[in-house]
Amino acid sequence: MAILTYREALNRAMTEEMEKDPSIYLMGEEVGHYQGAYKVSQGMLDKFGEERVIDTPISENGFAGIGVGSAMVGLRPIIEFMTWNFSLVAIDQIINSAAKMNYMSGGQFPMPIVFRGAGGAGGRLGAQHSQAFESWYAHCPGLKVVCPATPKDAYGLLKSSIRDNNPTIFIESEVLYGSKGEVPEQEYTIPLGLGEIKRKGTDITLVTWSRALGFAEEAAAILEKEGISVEIVDLRSLRPLDENLIYESVKKTNRAVVVEEGWPVAGFGAQIAYLIQKNAFAYLDHPVERVTQMDVPMSYAANLERMSLPNATRVADTIREMLQ
Amino acid sequence: MVSSIPKDSQSVSELKEFYRQMVLIRKFEEAAAKAYSVGKIGGFLHLYIGQEAVGVGSIAALTPKDYIVSTYRDHGHALARGLNPKPLMAELFGKGTGISKGNGGSMHFFDRNAHFMGGHGIVGGHISLAAGIAFASKFKKEDSVTICFFGEGAANIGSFHEGLNLAAIWKLPVVFICENNHYAMGTPEYRALAVKDVSVRAYAYDMARDHIEGDEVRKVRDHVQVAVERARRGEGPTLIEVSTYRFRGHSMSDPAKYRTKEELEAYKKKDPLMRARQELELGGIKTEELDKMDLEIQNQIDEAYQFAETSPEPPLSQLHKYVYAEDK
Repeated sequence: MAILTYREALNRAMTEEMEKDPSIYLMGEEVGHYQGAYKVSQGMLDKFGEERVIDTPISENGFAGIGVGSAMVGLRPIIEFMTWNFSLVAIDQIINSAAKMNYMSGGQFPMPIVFRGAGGAGGRLGAQHSQAFESWYAHCPGLKVVCPATPKDAYGLLKSSIRDNNPTIFIESEVLYGSKGEVPEQEYTIPLGLGEIKRKGTDITLVTWSRALGFAEEAAAILEKEGISVEIVDLRSLRPLDENLIYESVKKTNRAVVVEEGWPVAGFGAQIAYLIQKNAFAYLDHPVERVTQMDVPMSYAANLERMSLPNATRVADTIREMLQ
Repeated sequence: MVSSIPKDSQSVSELKEFYRQMVLIRKFEEAAAKAYSVGKIGGFLHLYIGQEAVGVGSIAALTPKDYIVSTYRDHGHALARGLNPKPLMAELFGKGTGISKGNGGSMHFFDRNAHFMGGHGIVGGHISLAAGIAFASKFKKEDSVTICFFGEGAANIGSFHEGLNLAAIWKLPVVFICENNHYAMGTPEYRALAVKDVSVRAYAYDMARDHIEGDEVRKVRDHVQVAVERARRGEGPTLIEVSTYRFRGHSMSDPAKYRTKEELEAYKKKDPLMRARQELELGGIKTEELDKMDLEIQNQIDEAYQFAETSPEPPLSQLHKYVYAEDK
């Protein structure tokens, strides 16, 4: 078992897949000569050359469209958005073109494309660079949405995303790039739509994904000392969604909290809360709660940013109230 | 008016074929308009009537390995590519026998085998898709060329700029064909374009350009041919502006009151079908022969209409199919 950072795990996944399949290429701003704005593509230009690791001008809508067009004729593009904040200028291509191409053509054009890059909030980057957009993309049928929280998951899920014949929104956590974890030496994949119990417990179910897993784990450790046993479900992908994993856990604990980095209104946590009350209502001892980012754009001020983001204290407080 | 009388039997038969295709498009769309007015076709229906020489002339410059990316006004381009009018009409009727199995409708004709890469409904969004298809040809070292149709309205959206810039810096084998029919829905070009001649925007991308009138089908073909060959040689993209006119409104729901009757009449005098017919007659083809051809095409369209009308709707089980592709 090797210890890799989250970014190294992503780099290894892309490199291995590109070595195997010559129809895969990586495209985006600064992915080549600069070695990646967040260094996820470090060394890949040297290995694969400019024909397969392709720097673009600042034109997200344009190169997302290039990716979609090329996927229509059999290439397997990996399109990197420097951050998901910039994907908003490409959202037309992602939703109106990529997500619908197979459907509106009556099954003629599968769309084997991965859109990936840094997402999430924090680091005092201000309102335009601190946003979690997985709920936006998870809203759209035709897309798959993947949000890994650990280096091990990042590697296995990215390989599955690259091999998938559907457009995948692969949202990496900006603050996790440097985080370290064990990654098996042997090649492996993790199927999209398979969540994982990251911590076993009996009193409450914490449903989460991506960076918010950290807040959940921290809160669980605090509560353990108080005799509260928390089970953590890491969804890993939001589309497809491992619904049964959530229900099985709720049946055991009878309580659930969703912890996410995004905004509360129409957020993905609302969908999970709905699903739990619909499909596991009889097992609930308490309404499903959510811990999210506050319903405001992100402030630059350090104290306000801290207040705005979800954290372990808020998660722990919510759980204590639910157990009273 | 007629300056290009076909001089030999080869150019006569070539023009005859172009004429046949243009009449096929005209009659297809007239039938579609009729079906729309009696409620057999839903949604939007944007007709190509008046612009036929652009699609027919441009696509004649291609080989089967080349790709076509079209707009929401895609019927003419699909027929010019040689697609069978039956599944096209069935698509308009929302039938399971449609070219996109009824999931697409008027704006979304697709035929993978014919390299007909779709009608696309977001104005200008498809320009970078076309660049992407051309990117793939270059990546795979194939010498296919992609042509991309769009209206002058699309020339004002960011996707146009980004698509052309990327195509130019990477010398992609793509020909951008702006069908300037002078109105983006109801907005005339003088209210929308800071510089009226779209083709001069090519200078901004160090790209080859051309500007032609779109009423003479062989001229369109000849000019597009030059651009296609340039692209095939690896010398990069071209922006061609073809001036044309739609005789109907933007869509079936538009009475086009924003333009004068005189303007419409003036353009109708330059009807590309009429022009091709006159040229054929001057080239020695008898009126009766052309009338007979028109009649045969009408019969073909009637059959397509009948086919569309009698085809079954898609099975309800299709609703969830195709949202995701089958696994690899």
